[in-house]
Amino acid sequence: MDSALIPKGVKRCPFPQFILFIAIVGAVLLWGVYAMLLCWFKGLNQTNMNDFYGFALWIWADLAVIAVGGGAFFTGLLRYIFGKDELKNIINYAVLIGFICYSSALLILAIDIGQPLRGWFIFWHANVHSMLTEVAFCLSCYFGVLTIEYIPLILENRQINKVPFFHHLGHNMHEIMAVFAATGAFLSFFHQGSLGGVAGVLYGRPFAYREGLFIWPWTFFLFTWSAAACGPCFTILITKITETVTRKKLVKDNAIELLAKISGWMILTYSIAKTADTWHWATVTVPSLGQTLMDFYSNNPFYGIWILILEIAICGFIPAFILITQKGRKNSAALWIAVFLAVTGVCINRWVMVLQIMAIPVLTFENWVMYLPSWQEVATTILPVAYGVILVAFSYRYLPVFPNEPELNPIETLPPEKEKAVEPSVELEKELKPAEA
Amino acid sequence: MKQKKAKKYGMVIDLDKCTGCGSCMVACMAENNVPFRKDESNKVLSITWMRVYKLTNGKPFPNTDICYLPRPCMHCEGQHEGHSPCVSVCPAIATDYSSETGVVSQIYTRCFGCRYCMASCPYHARYFNWWDPVWPDGMEKYLSPNVSPRMRGVVEKCSFCFHRYQLAKEKAFMEGRRELKEDEYQTACTQACPAGAITFGDLNNPNHAVHRMVKPDPKHHGRPTHPNAFRLLERLGTNPKVYYISSRDWVRRAGDNYLEHEAELKQTVHHG
Amino acid sequence: MFPFNFEWIWDMGHVVFMGGLWYALTILGIGMTYCIIKAAIDACRGNDEHHH
Repeated sequence: MDSALIPKGVKRCPFPQFILFIAIVGAVLLWGVYAMLLCWFKGLNQTNMNDFYGFALWIWADLAVIAVGGGAFFTGLLRYIFGKDELKNIINYAVLIGFICYSSALLILAIDIGQPLRGWFIFWHANVHSMLTEVAFCLSCYFGVLTIEYIPLILENRQINKVPFFHHLGHNMHEIMAVFAATGAFLSFFHQGSLGGVAGVLYGRPFAYREGLFIWPWTFFLFTWSAAACGPCFTILITKITETVTRKKLVKDNAIELLAKISGWMILTYSIAKTADTWHWATVTVPSLGQTLMDFYSNNPFYGIWILILEIAICGFIPAFILITQKGRKNSAALWIAVFLAVTGVCINRWVMVLQIMAIPVLTFENWVMYLPSWQEVATTILPVAYGVILVAFSYRYLPVFPNEPELNPIETLPPEKEKAVEPSVELEKELKPAEA
Repeated sequence: MKQKKAKKYGMVIDLDKCTGCGSCMVACMAENNVPFRKDESNKVLSITWMRVYKLTNGKPFPNTDICYLPRPCMHCEGQHEGHSPCVSVCPAIATDYSSETGVVSQIYTRCFGCRYCMASCPYHARYFNWWDPVWPDGMEKYLSPNVSPRMRGVVEKCSFCFHRYQLAKEKAFMEGRRELKEDEYQTACTQACPAGAITFGDLNNPNHAVHRMVKPDPKHHGRPTHPNAFRLLERLGTNPKVYYISSRDWVRRAGDNYLEHEAELKQTVHHG
Repeated sequence: MFPFNFEWIWDMGHVVFMGGLWYALTILGIGMTYCIIKAAIDACRGNDEHHH
């Protein structure tokens, strides 16, 4: 039905099956949209946020998707600036994932602010000394970069590419992509850092506060570093999930392994830096403010020292050691575990740097305050996931996202009767259960 | 015309006098059109520009002691003028530090509700309007015309009754004066306190009671030199303009975080 | 954001921050304009020499 739109040399599932899949995910999306409209029309009283939790699930989701979306800028940097040519087979997908992450972040921010219609004030009346201003500017600009990087892929659709203007536009954009990628890396460095700065500059909150370099607290550099380290792991994780769902090998091992290796060394160095930062903060900064490390990890029902160990040791050093060894990278199970742990680790870090800060009392006569998100918050957080799945599904079906796919999955050109005679059952299964996405 | 020294309005609260009656909270809400809901039992959703905390020394009977601590906005100055925790982070300059009065303002029509200021404030002095204000029938006639009510989705907080300052300035101007007398600008909570526990005035003016009571040390960001005076979370370097006085050691110690074996340090040097 | 906004000050903060922003936006703007104009010219000329 839609075969004219599907790239040449690849096989996709029947159209009705595709539509069924989109309908199921679309239902989840609509649930999220309903919650979003509730928040917009009834206000943020639809959430379980309160005056102790001005920042909550949404801000965590924002920081987390931007961190894992860092795979786009870092892969782009490696591919276009450092010339790692192997990565050309995964860069499209990295860009697509980044595009989804950043558009999701912007959407969540639009729901999160109390007066969404005044959102433009952050640009127009910008306070250049606020980390959040820097985040807003760089995030929006970088989303522009990701759109620019995603457009050529859309233009490569079989039908769109037939239009001479679009064909040439796509080609021209490819030609100067390094310029866009460099600008993207510049912007990413600052907004990833500023997101760390958002917490680090809070000198009224000893749990968040960090000293630093000039105007930038150490969290500025740690956030950029962790996003560059763990973002590629998310790209690998999503690639692996896509390969599992579609039951096809989509990216050659050399691209995955190179990305995993670089990511591994980045995670290792990040984990060392994070350990040093935590050590200095716990032994110098915190005592100077009259508190001890354990003040932040005791006398409450949830936040124990386990969260620090989980973040740095289990989700930091372990994936790093797996990924820096060739054996670890080449072992499929180990690779899965490593990228999953790394992504979990960076998400825990963002959780701690948003929600644990809010939970901890600073005044001696206040207590820990716990928080559970409302269903509206959960639904609006799942909304971008559903949107992402749908965008991936459409892109995978109609765009040449994986340049290696035709080569790795050659379509049988044997005559039908011979094909059936050779492998009837396998082929039948292929027909009935092809790619879902 | 000779430039007068900038004002630094501040408050001194004598905790030995405070009975915890809550008059200051009521007066503040009435004066500033602070919205409320039918059910105010969930205190993390209540807007209380002035909030009275109950502190205890944690000791069993008969040594139990309690203290009530009224907490308005601290109008922090930070380590350099205007570097309040909240003012420095607001992305849209919706909260500002007045170098003329030292008051931290909140511009409701500028605020777009990102709540970063709330995250930055260690005193929990900032409140978000989770709902649009709904006044009981007829009550809108009792609202103060001098204070704009706030809409849903913006942050608000104690303004040191800044509208009273503006009114007093206007009156003085009409009378041909440039300077305000000490009693011309007083906050609603100060006037409402039946025990006279709250004193308000210009910390930079040696003739004002607030200055005499705490003797702020200009070399150390206004840290009180009076032995019984303290500020909340002094060590963080927020440099608040609300001072507290208590003759009780445990109350003064409750004002800040100290390590277990650390003496209450007047000369604490913070990270600054 | 712009020098004509009333809160604009010609200080280090504004010049560095906004300078960086406008620099990035200019690069993106010029880059895209170049691509679009060149594509239009190529399309009109029927230039189809390149291959991916």
